[in-house]
Amino acid sequence: MSSNFVRSLIALAAGAIFAIGLGVGGMLNPANVRGFLDVLGEWKPALMLVMVGAIVVYALANQLALRMKKPLLDIDWSNLPRPGFDFPNQAKLGAVLFGVGWGMAGFCPGPAIASLVSLHSTVWTFTTSMLVGFYLFALYERRKHSKGT
Amino acid sequence: MMMAFYGGLIIGLAAALLMLFNGRIMGVSGIAGTFINMLFTPNARTAQSGEFYWRGFFLFGMILGGILLSKFTNTFVEAAMVTSNPAVIIAAGLLVGVGTRMGWGCTSGHGICGIARFSGRSVIATMVFIAAGMVAVAIANALLNVSGAGQ
Repeated sequence: MSSNFVRSLIALAAGAIFAIGLGVGGMLNPANVRGFLDVLGEWKPALMLVMVGAIVVYALANQLALRMKKPLLDIDWSNLPRPGFDFPNQAKLGAVLFGVGWGMAGFCPGPAIASLVSLHSTVWTFTTSMLVGFYLFALYERRKHSKGT
Repeated sequence: MMMAFYGGLIIGLAAALLMLFNGRIMGVSGIAGTFINMLFTPNARTAQSGEFYWRGFFLFGMILGGILLSKFTNTFVEAAMVTSNPAVIIAAGLLVGVGTRMGWGCTSGHGICGIARFSGRSVIATMVFIAAGMVAVAIANALLNVSGAGQ
């Protein structure tokens, strides 16, 4: 088996486990997500608990990763972004836009994709628009780069 | 409430798998955004097919996870949509799509992976998008109250 194929199988498993975690944590219910953001109303802590649980596990995994010369199925750690403080204003604006859309619908990218199975028309409308948004930004970046060279 | 914490542990495990085996960050906006971009860019897709396929498999895995949830739980039956106004939903989707790519990540990449790796930019990003979301919800609720009072 080629290493690309094995890496894809790991990605498949990670995607499935991730979606199940989102469901178990109540994150596929937009009302729970919006409840966390609704600090002036009836505040719901579920999203915070999900984040704490995930961060604990991942922080431990990260300690393990720091002691490994390379990932189990790759030659080095070069595909892992380096932690840092660089975060230009355009990226901050992006985070603002994302937050506003997240609050409006109660969906961020993970739950939007994991909820497609529900066949709910609102989910499909949201996720399709989100994918269009991904592509629009890719086109914008490409134009910027081609102008720059 | 404990279920939320357990759900988080499971999500952390998924992200840990992708990091320890493949050396990748489990950021959904980055994975899906790059996948969509490669889907419509045949040159990039053939030049780096491995880059294209693992992302496709991850997204397919998320769909499989959703199928398992719909078979064995009532996750999707309980889900209550916040709004079904199509204009609001489309605008929200576009904002999330453009915003997460422009902001270098979303709740999974920044909010979980980045924070757990003590990345300063992810801490900033997470505080910014949570604050913006809180303001958006407060304004939306206020508008809803005004329109409700007018009826």
